[in-house]
This record gives sequence, C-alpha cells and structure tokens, in this order.
Amino acid sequence: MAKSLTQEFVKGLWEEIPPFRLVLGLCPVLAVTRSVENGIGMGVATTFVLVCSNMLISMLRNVIPQKIRIACFITIIATFVTVVEFLMQAFTYPLYLKLGIFIPLIVVNCIVLGRAEAFACKNDVAHSLADGLGIGMGFTLSLAVLGAFREVLGAGTFLGHTVFGAAFQPFTFMVEAPGAFIGLGILLCLMNIASSK
Amino acid sequence: MNDMFKMVLVLAVFTAVSGGVLAGVRGLTMDRIEYQQLKFQKEPVIRAILADAENDPMNDRFKIKDGEVSHTIFPGKIGDQNIVTLEAFGKGFAGNVGLLVAFDLDNDTIVGSGVTISTETPGFGSKAKEDPSFVAQFEGSGVDQVAAVSKDGGSIDAISGATITSRAVCVAVNEANAVYKRLKPELSKSMDNLASQGGAN
Repeated sequence: MAKSLTQEFVKGLWEEIPPFRLVLGLCPVLAVTRSVENGIGMGVATTFVLVCSNMLISMLRNVIPQKIRIACFITIIATFVTVVEFLMQAFTYPLYLKLGIFIPLIVVNCIVLGRAEAFACKNDVAHSLADGLGIGMGFTLSLAVLGAFREVLGAGTFLGHTVFGAAFQPFTFMVEAPGAFIGLGILLCLMNIASSK
Repeated sequence: MNDMFKMVLVLAVFTAVSGGVLAGVRGLTMDRIEYQQLKFQKEPVIRAILADAENDPMNDRFKIKDGEVSHTIFPGKIGDQNIVTLEAFGKGFAGNVGLLVAFDLDNDTIVGSGVTISTETPGFGSKAKEDPSFVAQFEGSGVDQVAAVSKDGGSIDAISGATITSRAVCVAVNEANAVYKRLKPELSKSMDNLASQGGAN
C-alpha cells in the first residue's frame, strides 16, 4: 500500500502502461493514432485531464458521498475536458480539427474514470498526482509509439517528414481502421515477449 | 434524510462550480477561438475568392446584425467592383456545410464561393470543398435565381455520389442570397464608409 511517489509514477510507464498493460480507453487509441502528432496531442490532452481530475478528486475524497461518487467524478472530469476543449480551440486549432469528436469523448475514457475510482478516491493528493502523471505519460508514450508505427508504415512519414525514398510504396491500410488493430496487436505481442523473458 | 440532503447539496455545489468555471474559461477564450476559426477555416477561402482584391478583406471585415444573428462580412474591392462576402450554412450528410459566397454589390450577382466547414464523406461529399469546379457553377448567377441540383429541377450538376452534400451547398447559396437581399442597404452603406476610409489603398 505504502508505495513511494516515484514508484507510483514509474508504474504508469511500464508495469501498468495503458493501453497495453491496462487495456482500457481503446476507443481513442484506435481512432486517433493515424500519426505521431495526433497521438501526442491526444495523450497530452488526456494527461492534463487525468492529472487535474486525480488531484481534485483526491482532495475532495472525504467530501464526496459514497453513493453518488461516480456522478461527482464525471462532473469533475467533464469540466476539465471542456476546459481542454476550449483551450485547444483557442491555441492549437488545426490539431483540434483533426482530433475533433475524440476530445469531448475523453469524458468517457475508462482510464480517467478508472484512476479516479481505483486510486484517487483512496489515496492522498501527492500520490494521486504521481499516479495521474505516470499513467498519463505512459498513455502519451503508447499513443506516440503506435502513431509512429502506423504513420511510418502507412504514410511513409514521421511527424510529417518523409523517412523513406520516393521508391517506398506506403501500406495505406496501416492508417485506416484495420491498421489500428493490427498495430496494437503487434505492439502488445512485442511487449509480452519482452516482459516474459 | 440527512444523508440524502448531503448528497443533493454536494452534487449541486459541484455542478454549480463547474458551470461557473466553464463560463469563465469560455469568456476568456471566446475571442481567440473566433479568431482561430477565422484564420484556419475562412481565411484560405477568402484569399482564394478575393485573390485580386486591392484591400485586405480579413482586416476590413465588419459585422452586421440581421435580426438575432450577426453576420461577419468580408469586403473586397477589385477595380470598380465592390464585393461583399458572407457565410451561410446548409445541412449536409454529416452536420452543417459552411459556404462563403461573394456578391458584386453593383449588379447583384455571385462572383465566387468556397466551402469553409465540411465534415462530409472523404472522397465524395468532401469534393465540394476540394474540387473548385463544383462551386464555380454558382458564379454569375443573380441573387434572385434559386440554386438547385438538376435532380430537383435546377441547373447545378451535383457531385456524383454526393447529392445530399450538393443540395446542402445549394441551400447555403439560397440562404446567402436571402441574407444578402435583406442586408443590401446596410452593405452598400458600409462599403461606402470603407471606400472613404481606405482611399490610400
């Protein structure tokens, strides 16, 4: 129970890294990882929401009545998501256009609610902050890796820069929906091989 | 009973604070969001339609109230032509399709148009935005002409496979015509003001 702050933070980066270890929140993972940029954008937005909601819920954990805790969590999470949506519209409008509907859908991302329910409402603020930051960064990392995998193979680019010569014929299907499942499957498989040794 | 009261109170306070925070953030970001939308959605279309304008249509934009709503007008001066551009919407296959329509104030005809917002199906409906030959069909038509696709008895060739999107664009053109006709007197006045201000342009 009494883990150090560093342990809580680091576990999100490998041991419980979403969505590979913590197989939750797959909807945005599959939908937005067409490119590295989208993956990172989505990851950062989710991290912001996760850190803020984890901290606030942890602060209010003794005030929130047990019976209506989910309604309270969702109210808090939805507020932060809407704030993120406004901020993205104001400062990173092109990215907002690309991510579109998946920004408001962070509200129903199981990772965010899952951390609130499983962690933040039982632990103090500092540990909840470490947990939110760790899980959020792990999620961002996963999305960036999956995005890179799909973008490099599917479009022959990395962050918009061409990586192969003109002779490279991109596997267009990698940036389509089936490529998301196949990419996720391959990465999950590689991670299982790596950690089983 | 006490428990019940506490639950109601807590949730009420949470939602009230949440509402307050959101109203605050919206207030702070509203102007910037509006500017970003102008810059990323409308500016490329405006620059394309009014490529030859001697003034800066983005800088010279002004607002005119039309009943409840206010329209942003982008004026352009090309030689003796006085052009005003305004946006209208039509309901497409997946949400609203936004269309900027440019009118020549002196002879009441459409001189250009372009799609701004479109979430239509890539490859089909999205052609309304990508293929300039579709919106080019509206050029030269008078404001009293009703735009309609040929299937509905009109003169506009619909994009193949995207009749609904094509209809939405026609609806937007007709809406823009209606707004133009309603606002014509004010538009002329504003253009005269603009001409007297920016004589050096």
